[in-house]
Amino acid sequence: MKLGIVVNEGPYTHEASDTAYNFAVAALEKGHEIFRIFFYHDGVNNATRLMVPPQDDRHIQQKWSELAEKHNLDLVVCIAAAQRRGILDENEMKRQGKDAENLAPGFRISGLGQLIEAGIQCDRLVIFGD
Amino acid sequence: MSEGVKKFLYVNRKAPHGTIYALEALEVVLIGAAFEQDVSLAFLDDGVFQLVKGWDTSELGSKNFQPTYTALGDYDISKVFVERESLEERGLTEADLLELTYEDEDDDWAEKSSIRVVSREEMAEIMAENDVILSF
Amino acid sequence: MAMLHIVNKSPYETGTLESCLNHAREGDTVLLIEDAVYAAMKGGRAANALSAAKGVKFAALSADLKARGIGEDRIVEGTAVVDYGGFVDLVVANDKTQSWL
Repeated sequence: MKLGIVVNEGPYTHEASDTAYNFAVAALEKGHEIFRIFFYHDGVNNATRLMVPPQDDRHIQQKWSELAEKHNLDLVVCIAAAQRRGILDENEMKRQGKDAENLAPGFRISGLGQLIEAGIQCDRLVIFGD
Repeated sequence: MSEGVKKFLYVNRKAPHGTIYALEALEVVLIGAAFEQDVSLAFLDDGVFQLVKGWDTSELGSKNFQPTYTALGDYDISKVFVERESLEERGLTEADLLELTYEDEDDDWAEKSSIRVVSREEMAEIMAENDVILSF
Repeated sequence: MAMLHIVNKSPYETGTLESCLNHAREGDTVLLIEDAVYAAMKGGRAANALSAAKGVKFAALSADLKARGIGEDRIVEGTAVVDYGGFVDLVVANDKTQSWL
């Protein structure tokens, strides 16, 4: 089955990222297709490559990036939500005249249309948030 | 399931201002309107506070996004369901709410109210009838 | 046309579970995840609400029960304990999901 996943909360503060990640892994193990994982609201903070959690804790961004690489997943960060919260890729860095970018590997920045498209294309959409 | 028009329901259960969910939900609704799907909005629980008129955010210093609700009709969004029990529990009536209207193309573009106050049971039916539920 | 309702808040903190139960219909399933698993504890006030909801199935996520030190013997009767794979199966088995955020 074709599944879409939405992550609406940032890592560490809220459990939503962990639940969504574990759900995604289980869905892939069962042979389902993940059409897209869309990060919205504070969920865009999952995509900063600048997070440095303590070594004895999980690295949530790295887990997403590795999962994306292994399964060729489409991790999409909402551009409007990302701009508000300081998540930029190289293009956005230049466009906004900023001196740094921080988007982690495996993620891409795009519009809210990607969320709607996931709703249209997927057999099921599962939302994780607060 | 992957082709054709789907019924999208946006479920709003959170109050405005205290968190950003109401504003960012509206942003999804506006973008989603361009996709020519069948769109409905549901307001229940604290979500009904989003429609209470008379916001003034000047002292707070945040953006007053209340006019965006009024513009929903321009985006062809004509189905706004508000749960009666949620209003009553909060001491509200329909008179407290914004006037949301749309122009009915099947009725010589007559201006009509988009708001339909429904019972909790009807709200449950509306949820069951939709294909995709985006909750905020 | 059954729905999977996903609830993630403790019933002792918010009215989310109550609102979900007010809108769940016969044949639907309510999955308790994150802090909502506290609703499934025997002897708690929320457990009565679960027992009173007729025609609705309940499940609780094992990872969240374990993380919170809730053994399966503490779970109210009739609530299934599922792992993340079981969560996926519930998503597939129902026509749609609604997250009560």
